[in-house]
Amino acid sequence: MSKKPTATAEKKAEAPTGGDFSKAPVNASLSREERIELYRKMVRIRRFEERSLRAYQSKKIGGVLHLYIGQEAVAVGACSLMGKDDHVITAYRDHGHAIAVGMDTKPLMSELYGKATGCSKGKGGSMHYFAPELNYWGGHGIVGGQIPLGVGLAYGLKYKGLKGAAMAFMGDGAVNQGAVHEAYNLAALWNLPVVFVIENNGYSMGTSQARSSAGELAKRAAGYDMDWGQCQGHDIYEVRATMDKFLRLAREKSRPATVEIDTYRYRGHSVADPDNTYRSKAEIEEYRRTKDPIQLFQNQLVSEGVLDEALIAKIDEEARSEAELAAEYAEASPFPTVDDIQKDVYWEADNPSQRASKGRLFFD
Amino acid sequence: MPVISYREAVRHALAEELERDPNVVVMGEEVAQFNGAYKVTEGLLAKFGPQRIVDTPISEAGFIGMGVGASMLGIRPVMELMFWSFYSVAFDQILNNAANVRYMSGGLINCPIVIRGPANGGTNVGATHSHTPENVLANHPGVKVVVPSTPYDAKGLLKSAIRDNDPVMFLENTILYGEKGEVPTEEYVIPLGVADVKREGTDLTIVTYGRSVLHSLKAAEILEKEHDVSVEVVDLRTIRPLDIDTVLASVRKTHRVLIVEEQKPFASVGSQLAFMIQKEAFDDLDAPINRLATVDAPAIYSPPVEVEQLPNPQRVLKAALATVA
Repeated sequence: MSKKPTATAEKKAEAPTGGDFSKAPVNASLSREERIELYRKMVRIRRFEERSLRAYQSKKIGGVLHLYIGQEAVAVGACSLMGKDDHVITAYRDHGHAIAVGMDTKPLMSELYGKATGCSKGKGGSMHYFAPELNYWGGHGIVGGQIPLGVGLAYGLKYKGLKGAAMAFMGDGAVNQGAVHEAYNLAALWNLPVVFVIENNGYSMGTSQARSSAGELAKRAAGYDMDWGQCQGHDIYEVRATMDKFLRLAREKSRPATVEIDTYRYRGHSVADPDNTYRSKAEIEEYRRTKDPIQLFQNQLVSEGVLDEALIAKIDEEARSEAELAAEYAEASPFPTVDDIQKDVYWEADNPSQRASKGRLFFD
Repeated sequence: MPVISYREAVRHALAEELERDPNVVVMGEEVAQFNGAYKVTEGLLAKFGPQRIVDTPISEAGFIGMGVGASMLGIRPVMELMFWSFYSVAFDQILNNAANVRYMSGGLINCPIVIRGPANGGTNVGATHSHTPENVLANHPGVKVVVPSTPYDAKGLLKSAIRDNDPVMFLENTILYGEKGEVPTEEYVIPLGVADVKREGTDLTIVTYGRSVLHSLKAAEILEKEHDVSVEVVDLRTIRPLDIDTVLASVRKTHRVLIVEEQKPFASVGSQLAFMIQKEAFDDLDAPINRLATVDAPAIYSPPVEVEQLPNPQRVLKAALATVA
């Protein structure tokens, strides 16, 4: 048995042309429409999240709400690289990924309102958006719990002989969960086509990276002989250039990798987080001022001659309108009924004409 | 009809389903090269190769979660737990992911996994290796739970479990692996959720499953010969879905019930059965429902004492006599 080559350790991905990721082939080849669409998607996510927050404050939404505001370039950049056999799974800060893969915002908002027209029929809520037909597998509530599932997606792809990759997203708080380490080992041991993406927004709820994690995050992959990398998450071109490299590695060589993407969330961990115990307002303002992914890409596209004031305004107006229409749709939709509670539990109970088992599946 | 062991019956079921469906993959610790910690998967690697029979590192949360993830794409993993006791290492993956993903997605997804392995005490392996978690598993809507007691039942039920589109937990028993029984060569399946009357009788219904079926049948022999008590033994075979109708039909015939289970008493399978029987057949009962369970303490190591901690024919006999007194 030959020894595996040691991982290529990279820190802070180098721009292929000295600081300008727009020149990377994967970005340079984008059409004008495609660039606008990347920008538009980020704006749509931002406005959807803001509208969700207002709905939560109006008590239309119960439970938890983990907003993606500030992190938009990560999901949009990464998911924009998906081919037909690439798959995505993430944790509970999942609204950005859902919109990025192409889910319609009406059922997303409806789901938050707990309505029967929600994408999970009101049964999942904010943390559990799914769209199998878009290769999107949720939306998961237990920190790190989705990571072995992501390895399973990669396993399935390889088993079927498909040249696809699974992207398994997690936050900086997930990297210390045992299940994540077990998943890293399986992926590296068996050469599974999975790219683990650590969206490092600096805080695991109220606990900073410095107070949570020994050593660097993605670098731990080296201990499993797995390739790893790091990049900035506020530049969507950088996200795309970095992820493209590792996705190709996964698809073409069936090699896993761990990518740490530095990003930031403007709002608290969830709506329940008063956000006044672990960071300063000044820090948030500094990021918003200098590293807002939407503002930066807007500036970039204006300099490329792709966006102008009129189009910027139009995109924003449409995004706000879309979010408002989603809220109206959610408001007008019915709730599921008490009879719906026990549907969608067992495939057999939902498909009675094909049920082979007998006996009672439910009890009272 | 051929007489084979429970172990062989499980192996044959695996081989037949591996043959039938290219999406079936057997995975677990030592299942391939070692031929199985309990030799259940012996010979399968040689026959089906390393793509289909996969040795996993010791990482239950990792490989069971991986299997659940792969099942969302249509792979049908049959994952072995060397001891069902190890399920607690993968609790989140089994009972948060496999059990709930369908529900949380509003029915868009299903996870056709099987997790199988031995769940039993009686082998002096101590408190962390002797768990019988069928009650814990059955408490979670979304999963199915099967506990076969004979080679015939094991083979037919495992085939059904593998073909089932829901997550199925399949609990075997190391002490039963060597037990022999008649198993036809022709293909057959046993649907989940169908109990089996292993012995007919008129004076007392013993409701039981797993190895306790064998203890109950031994006790029934003694009760008939030495005490003139005619015992009906109902083997549940599947815990969830539950064939309560077969149980109730027996209760309505005998009017007395003894539940025998290798379970710690609190919130055991028998606790649920007792509620259902008294709720639905109250007027048919001539005595309170009785229950013989494992003595309520962690599994003791000391070999002769462990025998007395678990159900055994003498303890069943005593409990049965008390129920008909």
